[in-house]
Amino acid sequence: MIAVAARNAADIAERGTPCSLRMRAWFEGSIKALLWSLTCFTVVTTAAIISVLAYETYGFFTIQNHPEVSVWSFFVGTEWSPLLGAQPMFGVLPLVAGTLLVTTIAGIVALPIGLMTAVYLSEYAPARRRTVLKAVLEILAGVPTVVYGFFALTFITPYLLQPLSNSFGAYNAMSAGIAVGIMILPIVCSLCEDALRAVPQSLRDGAYALGSTKFDVSAKVVVPAGLSGVIAAFLLALTRAIGETMIVALAAGGLAQLTANPTAQVQTMTAYMVQIFLGDAPAAGIEYKSSYAVAFTLFLITFFLTWIGALVLRRYREEYE
Amino acid sequence: MSQPSALVPSMDPLTTTTPPPQRAEETRPASVAPPSAISMRGFNSWYGTNQVLHALDLEIAPRQVCGFIGPSGCGKSTLLRWINRMNDTIPGARAEGTLSLHGIDLLDKTLDVVDLRRRVGMVFQKPNPFPKSIFDNVAFGPRLHRVYSRTDLEELVEQSLRASALWNEVKDRLDSSALGLSGGQQQRLCIARAVAIGPEMLLMDEPCSALDPRSTASIEELIRELRASYTIVIVTHNMQQASRVSDATAFFYEGRLIESGPTDILFTNPKNRQTEDYVSGRFG
Repeated sequence: MIAVAARNAADIAERGTPCSLRMRAWFEGSIKALLWSLTCFTVVTTAAIISVLAYETYGFFTIQNHPEVSVWSFFVGTEWSPLLGAQPMFGVLPLVAGTLLVTTIAGIVALPIGLMTAVYLSEYAPARRRTVLKAVLEILAGVPTVVYGFFALTFITPYLLQPLSNSFGAYNAMSAGIAVGIMILPIVCSLCEDALRAVPQSLRDGAYALGSTKFDVSAKVVVPAGLSGVIAAFLLALTRAIGETMIVALAAGGLAQLTANPTAQVQTMTAYMVQIFLGDAPAAGIEYKSSYAVAFTLFLITFFLTWIGALVLRRYREEYE
Repeated sequence: MSQPSALVPSMDPLTTTTPPPQRAEETRPASVAPPSAISMRGFNSWYGTNQVLHALDLEIAPRQVCGFIGPSGCGKSTLLRWINRMNDTIPGARAEGTLSLHGIDLLDKTLDVVDLRRRVGMVFQKPNPFPKSIFDNVAFGPRLHRVYSRTDLEELVEQSLRASALWNEVKDRLDSSALGLSGGQQQRLCIARAVAIGPEMLLMDEPCSALDPRSTASIEELIRELRASYTIVIVTHNMQQASRVSDATAFFYEGRLIESGPTDILFTNPKNRQTEDYVSGRFG
């Protein structure tokens, strides 16, 4: 055996390295350049999009002949009616309220169910069932969101909500919120499950050895130990809910109202942008520019949430190191 | 030091299931040999189809330290985990034969394992404090067993931390995270956590293998003190540790009990050749 190995090794030594030092240096150099340029492409694209957003937003706030537009009235104004009446109003709060209403409903639907499903999957389910259920959840995550929009409009509103109360209109925040909640459910569930499974087995053993039941272990050890991961999962899922467009454009309605009433129709920030870009607003017009200001506001909100989520997630990684 | 089983006045429904061990001892005639805490007869255990323990016969006396020694994979940790039924959490683990704690059949499928684990505490190889405060770690077990009053909990936590020789080091920072303690302190915290629910027995699975020599010495000293109140079974790889802390020692090899007896006899005058080779460091 040893003799054979030595002979093979001698063969390799005799053959020498496959190509010259200069060829290898050239090859390594070009790979490095390719990877670097692809990285630059990603960063530059993102930066360019944010710059366009900022530039157009600046254009909106400095537009001529529209004394009603100012940063102050945009961020604190309570009326949003850019297309109607002689005097358009650009107060973003009704759109923000619409977004927050839908997101809140989605959170109330998705966060508890998602966390409990994650507890089931990570602590209670036998291995085979967990595999099957995770596959089903991934299918749910792959459904195009426009389908959830149909579902909200043609099923949730007429068959679930309107039989409960006739105050629900054809378009309402509730059905859109529920549909968005169902959409983010697989994200909540899968990220929470990752967070719970990352809790070391030794903690579960320690709790069982003190006479804990499975419920005690889940509720008093595993979930508290994985809490920062769970919170990060919640924030990331809510970010998705805030940015969700098709469902709210289809099911929430098109009337910007400053309301917390889930039976009313509301317009979200994303739905407003869809309305403008699908409509016939001229590219130089104030409605067109206003959608950039709305987009920039949305960007700030989601950026803030993502940042908080990343902070929490980092803290939770440190906990076990 | 006060008796730990007297620490838990509000746990009556649980503690009255068996009389406290020290009372049993007082009423016993001195001439009769003490009944075993743990007794096993023809005990076999499997993981799936792999038999890991073969026909064990062993008696463990109460209020003594019993050391399990043997090379890795000899089944000593598996045996330990049957005594508080921690093997229930491992799919495919099963056992046959007799294994009893004070006459209670530990292999009974209908046994209340929650109550069993309250009576038989466990300390693991790697310190595993919960990511909670020092206080909440010790109070975890009592709260599980429905001790909620703040004064009762404070008293229990102090007595348990004193029993595990940690009180003086942590009394000023009970509300800070247990993860900030050193490895040896964490392990003593885990012992305090186990002691806080008034067990009659402590199982220790290589409790010092993740610790430095100084922490090991403090844990060993603690084990010698705890012997007065608890039956202790300790699994160890360290021959010196077994000879230092245990009253009786059992040597396992490839899932079989090779020899057991008083520690000084087993180490100085073993009957079996394999035992002699192992304790003298010739293999393992």
